[in-house]
Amino acid sequence: MANSVGIVTAQCALFDTPLTFRSGAVLPRYELMYETYGTLNAEKSNAILICHALSGYHHVAGYYADEPKNIGWWDNMVGPGKPINTDNFFVIGLNNLGGCHGSTGPSSINPETGSPYGAGFPMVTVEDWVESQARLADRFGIQQFAAVIGGSLGGMQALQWSLAYPERVRHVLAIACAPRLTAQNIAFNDVARNAILTDPDFHGGDYYQHGVVPTRGLRLARMLGHITYLSDDAMADKFGRALRSEKFNYGYDVEFQIESYLRYQGDKFAAYFDANTYLLMTKALDYFDPSHDFGGDLNRGFARARADFLVISFTTDWRFSPQRSREIVRPLLHNRRNVSYAEITSTHGHDSFLMEHPHYFDVMRAYLAKVSQEVSA
Amino acid sequence: MSNALLTAERPDFAAIAAWIPKGASVLDLGCGDGSLLRYLKETRAVRGYGVEISDLDIVSCIANGVNVIQNDLEAGLSDFEDNAFDFVILSQTLQATRHTEPLIQEMLRVGREGIVSFPNFGYWKSRLNVVLGNMPVSSELPYQWYDTPNVHLCTLNDFESFCRKYCVSVTARSVMTGGREVGLLPNLLGSTAVYRFQRGI
Repeated sequence: MANSVGIVTAQCALFDTPLTFRSGAVLPRYELMYETYGTLNAEKSNAILICHALSGYHHVAGYYADEPKNIGWWDNMVGPGKPINTDNFFVIGLNNLGGCHGSTGPSSINPETGSPYGAGFPMVTVEDWVESQARLADRFGIQQFAAVIGGSLGGMQALQWSLAYPERVRHVLAIACAPRLTAQNIAFNDVARNAILTDPDFHGGDYYQHGVVPTRGLRLARMLGHITYLSDDAMADKFGRALRSEKFNYGYDVEFQIESYLRYQGDKFAAYFDANTYLLMTKALDYFDPSHDFGGDLNRGFARARADFLVISFTTDWRFSPQRSREIVRPLLHNRRNVSYAEITSTHGHDSFLMEHPHYFDVMRAYLAKVSQEVSA
Repeated sequence: MSNALLTAERPDFAAIAAWIPKGASVLDLGCGDGSLLRYLKETRAVRGYGVEISDLDIVSCIANGVNVIQNDLEAGLSDFEDNAFDFVILSQTLQATRHTEPLIQEMLRVGREGIVSFPNFGYWKSRLNVVLGNMPVSSELPYQWYDTPNVHLCTLNDFESFCRKYCVSVTARSVMTGGREVGLLPNLLGSTAVYRFQRGI
């Protein structure tokens, strides 16, 4: 495969220093799954952390020896000669706490009870994730990341890095992101959560013991989410009013292609993703607000930041619209941070941040080439 | 490009830099590939941002190591706070702006001082072209009439009467041709004009 990091292996890091969550809950010990690509230089100055969004995980690039088709979720961006160039950078991807891809989460066994955490897993926030990521950085002896990069919810973690650990991150790349969710965005998340919470198979979050999974709820949540990740134009282009068969059937089975697509996406997702993780991730999105402790004033919320920033938005993204990205740029300008902002003309809505787009990739490439020069000088 | 080559190609850069004290904060509107900001960073250690709409130029700015905000100037400067900058620069862009008067007012809201440079349409060669029956095409005005982005060309006199009308107070002027300062009959003999101005009283 051209420009691939090739065969990769997931690693597991065990932490037995208790982590106190923002909510006050304490996790005595936990594991984080991660992968790395490229080589950490002697000064440990060339490390990049990639934070994932709602459904991402530690498998960012490359493929597994025994699963050659299981390619990392951001493989188009990360690799030798790619914008996040693994010839120059040491890249870390991890699965966040509360996840369902091997890091400690609601489906993991709670050693105290011998059964899955389920509803007992602490409500995890973006702040808590960054705390756990900092401990992972400590394991590598990384004092300062060359860059922390993320899209969507991952972008919020990148922003939080600049606030929680201003001296530990040189550059923050926040893509298709927002400084805090709007009421409309929280509303979408709440409908998705309600789909799960009201599924009879949910059992208050302890469905594991009942040997069932709230598939219907999770499926609906994903279908709703998926609609908001695509643009009106992209959907019209891809599906329009196309029917599966030639004529109307006057029933509730799948008729339009868009219905078929959404149900397929819902089924696919519900088959592997954990419903409790979905709930946690959406709440983390809702809670994140750097201005929360500052009377809603983002200018004061971002005053601690010391990093340089690259903010990127996509014209047809209405879930995290360009307007929301400008709400990140403004307080950075106010606080006299170095910041660049690119608004990419793209037809693919929120999903654009995962897709290969020449201008988007040129911006990333140009910015990270400067970062590479800076940290290797 | 070296700074010497750059100032040879863009004589207004040196004139602009001469007015900017070390460490000033600068906003460059229509900053193109970021050459001016980079030049000011290197020669005046400014803290600067550019505003640019072109995709290609955004990438060039980033490669030049200057901050750039992708935005349409015509939509105003709402991302920027009042008096956020010591200088707001509009270099060789004035003539291509549609809403020129509101933009100049926005410059003076966001910055304490403004600097504009533009090709002087009163330059004798331009006048001669028109007298001879053609729109001028030159190094300062490199476009044909049908593909030019320049919708608001003006002369030194025009710009100065604009400033009087809209309470803009010109504090300095530099007029040049081929990189050389022009003292005599500037509206006739100067090809490029650079103005420094602030809010009038």
